[in-house]
Amino acid sequence: MKRQHIDKGVQSGFLLVALFSITALSLIMVFLFMEGLPILEHVNIKEFIFGKYWYPTDDPADFGILALIAGSVCVTLLSGLMAIPLGIMTAVYLAEIASPRVAEIVKPIVELMASLPSVVIGFFGMVVVAPFIQKLFNIPVGLNMFNASLMLAFMSIPTICSLSEDAIFSVPRALKEASFALGATHFETIVKVIIPASLSGICTAVILGLSRALGETMVVLMAAGGAAMMPTSIFDPVRPLPASIAAEMAEAPFRSEHYHALFAIGIVLFVFTFIFNLIADYISYKFRQVGEASL
Amino acid sequence: MNKYTELFISIIFLLTVSSTVFAGELVIKGSTTVLPIAQKAAEAYMAEHPDVKISLSGGGSGNGIKAIIDGTANIGNASRFIKQKEVNLAGTKGVYPVPFRIALDAIVPVVNKNNAVTDVTLTQLKDIYLGKIKDWKEVSGTPGKIVVISRDSSSGTFGVWKDLVMKKERVIPSALTVPSNGGIVQAVANTPGAIGYVGLGYLSDGIKAVKVDGIAGSEESTLNGSFPISRGLFMFTKGWPTGDIMGFLSFILSKKGQDLVKEAGSIPLF
Repeated sequence: MKRQHIDKGVQSGFLLVALFSITALSLIMVFLFMEGLPILEHVNIKEFIFGKYWYPTDDPADFGILALIAGSVCVTLLSGLMAIPLGIMTAVYLAEIASPRVAEIVKPIVELMASLPSVVIGFFGMVVVAPFIQKLFNIPVGLNMFNASLMLAFMSIPTICSLSEDAIFSVPRALKEASFALGATHFETIVKVIIPASLSGICTAVILGLSRALGETMVVLMAAGGAAMMPTSIFDPVRPLPASIAAEMAEAPFRSEHYHALFAIGIVLFVFTFIFNLIADYISYKFRQVGEASL
Repeated sequence: MNKYTELFISIIFLLTVSSTVFAGELVIKGSTTVLPIAQKAAEAYMAEHPDVKISLSGGGSGNGIKAIIDGTANIGNASRFIKQKEVNLAGTKGVYPVPFRIALDAIVPVVNKNNAVTDVTLTQLKDIYLGKIKDWKEVSGTPGKIVVISRDSSSGTFGVWKDLVMKKERVIPSALTVPSNGGIVQAVANTPGAIGYVGLGYLSDGIKAVKVDGIAGSEESTLNGSFPISRGLFMFTKGWPTGDIMGFLSFILSKKGQDLVKEAGSIPLF
């Protein structure tokens, strides 16, 4: 009897702890929506999402965030183009090709990259990379989409790499051995057996890496240039969503239209990352590898 | 009264007290442009009046005025005058904000130090920021694309720029925006074709100040009113100040306080 009581006690204790963090998080969400939705009294959703001009402090003000959304999407995609191949290939190398000694040295270095504070990466982009790419490509300004994407790629490579590596590493040994036994080379085994077998893990890694790039604030605030316009080339300055919130929130009068508009941008950002997470969830569920027979 | 009620009341009491401002303690918030002045003045004032404790924080002009209206600060710093919207908000809350002009500041257009241009007119500046003038050769410089650098739309410096240079018209969307005066210095120093604007106190080596309508931005040209892009720096209080708040403001407006204004890199009133 007593043991059951202890069991119950422990159970409800854990339930309480879990409830606490979930409640805190959902309260933040409620707050986000409470502060963001009032902007719809001033502009309708269509004008807000598809409006081309972001002049929040003008009178009358324009609250169109299409240019900001375009900035976020472009920066994230471009950083993905750089980070995904590099991240996955590094993961394959570490899990499959590198000798244990090399892997032992390289792995901690990749993880160290993940622990670099984003403000340091942003500062590096602003002070070192910007003048460099400006001279290299002979463009008017170094604070642009390309610079920000490069810095974001730096940040998402460790995430993509270490999660993919875990996925590749957990591919059953028997699959690999079977492939070798059929006469496949190491390369063929990697491309045709190991990567397909770990695809769900790799996809999750990619999406988590991209959502990190999408939500990252400091780097885009410092290195993207901050011009609220539709980019026409990768060397145009852009102003992604998080940069707008960070740069303007401090000066927006409390509960003003501008303040609500910034929270509404927060909602848009939340929706984006939420969709990313849903996709990641779906993929890891759909392509889950059960046992060794389902490949 | 039993023990629990007593405890309950004392907790309520503590909560109410801690959310308002203590007497003998000044809370100052607002514009980062005014912050260095407030910091120097606060140090000197606290040395003279050991019983007064001053806590300072930045956050921008909007936050300073907001803090006065909310009652979370005694003095709100602003690098611009109060906006009509803020006056209305204060009115609905029954607050009467009182402005004190404590210093002057000039906003100087700056270009990269290798740029040949030394003089622009106010109209040219406006056209550059409107995107009508796109190349340096149109303002008698060496040909090359003009990279327009501006401040975030909610900064006080931008507000003054918009009023005095843009005459309420819109800066082109393709202008780079930078979150601070220091950021502008950094960006202009690194970008050969750039133009930006900073407070007079931020002029430094990698950048070059440009004359406006033939007048160089300086302390003198700001005081005599000939430099077109200058502004007042303000401290706002909730209602007419009394006690330590009044003491602190009188101190800043004294000769000694104005010397500190100069030390902090702004322009004293006298």
